[in-house]
Amino acid sequence: MTVQAQGCAAPEQTVALPAGIDLSTQAVIQGVVSGAGTAYARLLDHSGEFTGEVVVSDEGIFRFFAAPGQWTVRIIAGGGVTKDVSVEAKLGEVSQLAVAV
Amino acid sequence: MSRSAVLVDADWVEANLDTPGVVLVEVDEDTSAYAKGHIRGAVKIDWRQDLQDPVRRDFVDKAGFEALLSARGIANDDTVVLYGGNNNWFAAYAYWYFKLYGHENVKLLDGGRKKWELDSRELVEDVAARSATTYTASEQDLSIRAFRDDVVAAIGKQNLVDVRSPDEFTGKLLAPAHLPQEQAQRAGHVPTARNIPWSKAANDDGTFRSDDELKDLYSGEGVDFGKDTIAYCRIGERSAHSWFVLHEILDQANVKNYDGSWTEYGSLVGVPIELGEAR
Repeated sequence: MTVQAQGCAAPEQTVALPAGIDLSTQAVIQGVVSGAGTAYARLLDHSGEFTGEVVVSDEGIFRFFAAPGQWTVRIIAGGGVTKDVSVEAKLGEVSQLAVAV
Repeated sequence: MSRSAVLVDADWVEANLDTPGVVLVEVDEDTSAYAKGHIRGAVKIDWRQDLQDPVRRDFVDKAGFEALLSARGIANDDTVVLYGGNNNWFAAYAYWYFKLYGHENVKLLDGGRKKWELDSRELVEDVAARSATTYTASEQDLSIRAFRDDVVAAIGKQNLVDVRSPDEFTGKLLAPAHLPQEQAQRAGHVPTARNIPWSKAANDDGTFRSDDELKDLYSGEGVDFGKDTIAYCRIGERSAHSWFVLHEILDQANVKNYDGSWTEYGSLVGVPIELGEAR
């Protein structure tokens, strides 16, 4: 048996929540980015501080497991393009965003 | 060390893709990223499969590290240039790891894979063939690695730098926000730790901030450069990024990375924990 190190690796960014996730304990922010090539999604807290970052999938999808409250999602794309979107995360819910850059 | 000795930029890498003795090594948080495209000639190190003991929680031992680098075709006198995704978290972790086992010439690509991608520089899928070497590692340099007892002993005496996000520090989150919040350990931080998130040391494109900005950052947050320092995060990779800043760029002596970090400390029985803002 191989034991996997406990890591910080981001789960694969897919439309459906990863198997085994109990949504009732999570405050999920997810979205779809359009109009970008390679892009990153960064989650900033109420003070603007970095909280997490994922590579946007080839399908344009990103997801964060946040705490309830106000957040900002910053999309960082090539050419120095950035776009900020405010969102409120709620326990037991998926807050869905669509971001065009 | 100094910035120029430990960091290279993307132009330098492009100019040295075919330079003998320069080996590019990609280490990613997302271990599938390399297969989707990597800098030409780069070899892959998988931080989970290659750098961790498969049974107990610890690094591969000296013999394991020697076998890994020998198999990857890395020689003792090679200049190793590490890069990876997510603002070089795991590349910085590997950098610290290479230093732990005594590799002399190792550098980070400033901005890592992210800046390379955002600049639309070339990525290839072909895997370079490198001849195996006979790599010899040193014993671990424990002057740069902290263990749990070091952390407990440092409370109130040394600089403890918690580089996680403010919400992890205060106990609101148990893990970075791209991960499910289901963990066994208690939330919070080591008493007397300062919360200086790793991200404050980096620009949006993943490159490191200037030396002056970095000095101001740490001194402004209460780090006493006259004292020893221990950096920690959740599993030691974000704190390797901050260790790199303090020890390698700013040339501070006696800075250790606590790779056990919060997944160990937050699970220990009986150790002190604080919640909320730093006191």
